[in-house]
Amino acid sequence: MKLGEYEVGSFFDEMFAENGRPRAVARPLARNIESLPPGEMENRQSAADRALIQAGITFNVYGESAGIEKTLPFDLVPRIVSATEWDRIERGLKQRIQALNLFIDDLYHDQKIIKDKAVPEEIVTTSKGFRRQCVGLKPPRGIWCHITGTDLVRHSDGQVYVLEDNLRCPSGVSYVLENRRLMKSLFPEVFAASHIRPVSNYPIRLRDMLEYLAPEEVGSPRVVLLTPGIFNSAYFEHSFLAQQMGIELVEGSDLVVSDGIVWMRTTKGFERVDVIYRRIDDDFLDPRSFREDSVLGVPGLMEVYQSGNVALANAPGTGVADDKVVYAYVPRIIKYYLDEEIILPNVPTYICAESGDLSYVLEHLGDLVVKAANESGGYGMLIGPHSREEERREFASRIKANPRNYIAQPTLSLSRVPTLVDGHLEGRHVDLRPYILYGKEIFVLPGGLTRVALKKGSLVVNSSQGGGSKDTWVLAENPLTNAAEADHILNGAATQVAGVPT
Amino acid sequence: MLSRVADSIYWMSRYVERAENVARFIDVNLNLMLDSPSGEDQQWQPVVNITGDHVEFAKRYQTSTQYNVIHFLTFDRDNPNSIISCLRAARENARSVREVISSEMWLQLNSYYLMVNSACTSGKIVESPHDFFNEVKLASHLFMGLTDATMTHGEGWHFCRLGRKLERADKTSRILDVKYFILLRSVADVGTPFDEVQWAAVLRSASAFEMYRKRHGRISPKAIVEFLLIDPEFPRAIRFCLNAARDSLHAISGTPIGTFRKPPEKLLGQLCSDLAYANVDDITQEGLHEYLDRLQTNMNQVSAGIYEAFFARRMPESRRPGKERTQVQE
Repeated sequence: MKLGEYEVGSFFDEMFAENGRPRAVARPLARNIESLPPGEMENRQSAADRALIQAGITFNVYGESAGIEKTLPFDLVPRIVSATEWDRIERGLKQRIQALNLFIDDLYHDQKIIKDKAVPEEIVTTSKGFRRQCVGLKPPRGIWCHITGTDLVRHSDGQVYVLEDNLRCPSGVSYVLENRRLMKSLFPEVFAASHIRPVSNYPIRLRDMLEYLAPEEVGSPRVVLLTPGIFNSAYFEHSFLAQQMGIELVEGSDLVVSDGIVWMRTTKGFERVDVIYRRIDDDFLDPRSFREDSVLGVPGLMEVYQSGNVALANAPGTGVADDKVVYAYVPRIIKYYLDEEIILPNVPTYICAESGDLSYVLEHLGDLVVKAANESGGYGMLIGPHSREEERREFASRIKANPRNYIAQPTLSLSRVPTLVDGHLEGRHVDLRPYILYGKEIFVLPGGLTRVALKKGSLVVNSSQGGGSKDTWVLAENPLTNAAEADHILNGAATQVAGVPT
Repeated sequence: MLSRVADSIYWMSRYVERAENVARFIDVNLNLMLDSPSGEDQQWQPVVNITGDHVEFAKRYQTSTQYNVIHFLTFDRDNPNSIISCLRAARENARSVREVISSEMWLQLNSYYLMVNSACTSGKIVESPHDFFNEVKLASHLFMGLTDATMTHGEGWHFCRLGRKLERADKTSRILDVKYFILLRSVADVGTPFDEVQWAAVLRSASAFEMYRKRHGRISPKAIVEFLLIDPEFPRAIRFCLNAARDSLHAISGTPIGTFRKPPEKLLGQLCSDLAYANVDDITQEGLHEYLDRLQTNMNQVSAGIYEAFFARRMPESRRPGKERTQVQE
């Protein structure tokens, strides 16, 4: 397949520095794609699509009666990240998680950051994610956000920005692992030449982290993954992670609280549970503490958690740190707790509650994206460049009436990656969600979920709106380490790699 | 193993076995119809009777034509025991225990379901029904082979085998029960070519024809009953199936064979002993139909007992602190 006709356009392209000139990190891949006979890329693409359907790697679509499962479209041109760039992303994410964890702990205890006026009190009083039930809580090992998926984007200025923190139950990591497995079978030659860091040890790291949370006196802790059940949109991932970690996948009705202990119902009676990786929202965890109408959770679970007889990951209440206003304060939160400058910048955010920002926002409504703090899913949002005069006037008066409820950001142009469309490559916009585990130490999985907006020109990467995914290759620093081979070994495949002396 | 997981594995396995048996019933009857002398009525109603769903069938279909019966038993999504419904249920159960079964099993069951699902719409069944039902049988066999070859032969595997063997014993007993009138009639009417074709068909629906010939040679109704009911070595014979089910049940509970702690162990043990000492003359004296009827009732009770002993949701009894980590036996 010829790459000469590929158009970089006016965007930052992750694979090409300019038309016809691949970036250094992408040269082995570009060479390989060029060497493929016509039609071969499409053959490999359809092999990948078939493999996904056969393996049932699917997500559920709510409200569709005929065939409730869909596969997440997969594109076989990967996003490649250099070792140097990844090093900065990794340091930035570790810094961010460490600070956010201290922030959450502080909010549920002394609220020093509010007393010191580094962030305004409204942050707590207006947050939908704040859980009164967690005030004074001491989670095992002092960790609240054990598993985080942070959304990153690259703007046309070449800078990587943090767009959003997902501190509750981030999903998608199963696609990272399965996409990699597919890519290794589709492009083995490129793996041998590119020194790509492996991702397949994620389930091992995840289980180690979860076991680290178990009550001290427990010798070999029992860890389970709590799923809302087979109809949840991320059910495949729950089942996949449980299988890869070798732990039980449980539903709320499999668990029962008695004598201050969580038990699971087995064919041989009741067995104690020590750590729960829960993929159920706070609201549904325990009908006695949160929503009374929840049938997904376990009555009495919170009480056992508070007494320290079971660990939950993530801790309840972490949602307080992933709302839009808190996001705007993260640079200050990092400064306050760590006395460091932020490594991985936020998208510049104007906080309307602050008078300097407010006047800037009102003057530049036509260039900005304005978001209401307590609304999501695109409601209460003004996209300046696409708005009409009367909409801007209406928003201006709403902002003036309640400035605390609004933030504003410049409109970003996301970077692009070549994507196979009708037999040739075209640029499509992407974001990146790396996964971070916080246990004994903070671990950032080298890679992540690259989501791609498959519709031409679209910036929406969500799977519900025509989004797909790509493999993400993080290159190893040391070219002598053969990462593809290491990946094989971790997968337990004891096959000899041709041409590698042993 | 979680009770819910054991329940799903057990039913996944039963549904795959059920789908295969339905395919066998239809395929054998298709062949039988080709051998029928002209003018002979097309006999499709007995096939519905074997599955036990004749009441459901009569509600929604006027006549038992070949088309209606095949449609009802294969593609009718409103019939919970049609092949497509069985596979959908098997797959849903498998999907809820994907982390327990092997990936190979899941892949096979998923492509099996996709194959039948696309046949529902493609019309392939009309063009070459024999190929289709053969594929269904093979897909089930492949699934069972993968189960044996890729899943640890631990508790989960034993629940698989328990479900499969109980289902198979039940289906063989239904074949015998529905065909018994053919077998009885032949006592007075021995040796007509048509009867021999019918008897052979009974054997074929259990893949038993060749093995029967090796064992008994001549085709006689009495020997057919003996072969399908109490042969200790033929894998679709009721006695063989129940012995295997008993072995798995005891492997799961840890109770030595020959003793019992749970009600289904007692009942299944009694059934196995009964078959071990049964002889066909005694059975036909009591009446084959009566005998099979009793056997089916007892097998249903074994099923219900398994549910009570392993799958039913209970609450723990409160215990003193300090004994928290010990398992609680029910």
